Amino acid sequence: MKKEKIIYLDNNATTKVDLKVVREMTPFFTELYGNPSSMHFFGGKVQAHLDTARLRIANLLGAKPEEIIFTSCGTESDSTAIFSAIRVNPEKKHIITTVVEHPGILNVCKYLESFKGYKVTYLKVDAEGRISLDELKGAITEHTAIISIMWANNETGVIFPVEEAAKIAASRNVLFHSDAVQAAGKLPINLENSKIDLLSVSGHKIHAPKGIGALYIRKGTIFAPFLIGGHQEKGRRAGTENVPYIAGLGKAAELAAKNLKKENSYVKKLRDKFEQGVLKTIKNVRINGQGADRLPNTSNISFEYVEGESILIFLSEKGICASSGSACASGSLDPSHVLLSMRVPLTFAHGSIRFSFSVYNTEDEVDFVLKELPAIIKKLRIISPFAEGKPLFGEVKTES
Amino acid sequence: MWDYTKKVFDHFKNPRNVGEIENPDAIGEIGNLVCGDALKLTLKIEKETEKILDAKFKTFGCVSAIASSSALTEIIKGKTLKEAVKTTNNEIAEYLGGLPDEKMHCSVMGMEALLAAEKNYRGIKPISSASGFAEKTVCKCFNVSESKILKAIESNNLKTVEEITNYTKAGGGCGKCKGEIEKIVANYWEKKERKKFSSMTVVEKIKHIENVLSEKVNPKLKKDGGWVELVDLNGNIIKVRFMGVCSGCPSSGQTLKNVVEKELREKVDKALTVVT
Repeated sequence: MKKEKIIYLDNNATTKVDLKVVREMTPFFTELYGNPSSMHFFGGKVQAHLDTARLRIANLLGAKPEEIIFTSCGTESDSTAIFSAIRVNPEKKHIITTVVEHPGILNVCKYLESFKGYKVTYLKVDAEGRISLDELKGAITEHTAIISIMWANNETGVIFPVEEAAKIAASRNVLFHSDAVQAAGKLPINLENSKIDLLSVSGHKIHAPKGIGALYIRKGTIFAPFLIGGHQEKGRRAGTENVPYIAGLGKAAELAAKNLKKENSYVKKLRDKFEQGVLKTIKNVRINGQGADRLPNTSNISFEYVEGESILIFLSEKGICASSGSACASGSLDPSHVLLSMRVPLTFAHGSIRFSFSVYNTEDEVDFVLKELPAIIKKLRIISPFAEGKPLFGEVKTES
Repeated sequence: MWDYTKKVFDHFKNPRNVGEIENPDAIGEIGNLVCGDALKLTLKIEKETEKILDAKFKTFGCVSAIASSSALTEIIKGKTLKEAVKTTNNEIAEYLGGLPDEKMHCSVMGMEALLAAEKNYRGIKPISSASGFAEKTVCKCFNVSESKILKAIESNNLKTVEEITNYTKAGGGCGKCKGEIEKIVANYWEKKERKKFSSMTVVEKIKHIENVLSEKVNPKLKKDGGWVELVDLNGNIIKVRFMGVCSGCPSSGQTLKNVVEKELREKVDKALTVVT
């Protein structure tokens, strides 16, 4: 069978598992399969590997090993953090977050709002996707149970000033959580020197497999577990530890910490080359969040007058994998909530594609995409009734 | 990834009849950038026979929007305008071997563009600009009118708000109009049910009347401590008996007309008379 050509530029969705990670995991399926909670030597042997993994993830985050618990995914870490905060502060019925959070936070907040009588403040973002710390300061009240702000946005890569935000929270005695799923392994994180209380990490965004995550819980933080049952993770997360995946996450964290600087400058070079190439070869495009600090690997580009799903399918024909905040591709009918809250004009918002790079991408791949993309956009613009910057009919509402 | 048929992909990748006819005899435009899809249909029509000699389209939208537009032009070419406008959105979807439920609105867009083109050909201006009387918009996010929703309900036998969103987009934005859509769909089916009264069997008629009495009439009467029972049905004359405090109440004659008969006429059939 002919090997399919895959140019994978969707690394914010998930990543390829590093072979070193796979090798690290393998023995725990068939050889070291003991339960770390068991009293016998065979369990104890496995326990030692859990400790190693915990230390490795702690090192990536600048934390102490005992401040890390393992979860099943980033979403579980997010839910654990929010529900813990509201359980330990039952009298406080207010939450602060941002309009651009991942559904893992956003939908928990909406649930609490709709069914549990909570008030939620959603911090706005400006045209570049940035929040205002002044708005945050003004939003905190004596009823605020927790503030949750993502470290970096999954769609645009825009980075938020979470360390400053956490200081503000601490000065008002409010718990602070950050969803760092997109930031971990891509940005240096040092929690020891920060006021962040809770922080979520996901394995499959950093070349570990899907189905494993971690939650940082600052020492001294009053905490209520999400999963209740056995005594695992010192009672902070019940359920037998997913040992092979935890070992994998540990290895991925170790590799990320070691290579972060080198890999990021490489990935950033690819991303910047790509963006410059697009701007040079295609008219009527905009790079969303370009004016803000962004993750080095993420590029969110809007192509005016064409629709995102159509672009994705033509790219996919060429073996190029990207993703779209377009309404049609996601099954919702509105374009991405992130781009809409940045007030990206609708002429652009429907045609937004996210390209997210990793260390496995090459310059040749970038060249190939740059070669194919202009023809795809051109083809769709020929079909589109909105020609070259001028709509032919209909009222076009564009927001400033 | 959406489960598109091969035919959908074929019409997306190799769309038929892309472009605009110069000096067209009819233009149909539907949708806009806010909605995320738009279609401009141009037709060349033979005057004497009204036969569609040529059809071309330009579409802004997703895979299924482009494929539906392409299919539409293939379906209508060679037909007379009169035949062509009978094309339903279902025929467009079937031509493509089916569309995912969430994408049915793309086929509706094709049908609407065709109807707009016919209006344009016959010199009928859209209602909103002709009389200055804009049609009632139900969904403000996607600018969907009540008549569009009703048409989608009728031609596709839609029963739920979710289905209506799939076919018309209405309710798929902020969701504020979902309650209104629910009322529209409930009203539509209620009316439809009502029309059938004359063709019901006697048992169905009795059950239907008893249902209205127990759900609509008696809850009102029970507030005052009474209720009403069905005694007989003879053609369009319904005989009832007042119970509880209603029996022997001097104002029961009023209640009979203003509550019982009114509700039964509204919910069952206009021609009904209620007696004791």
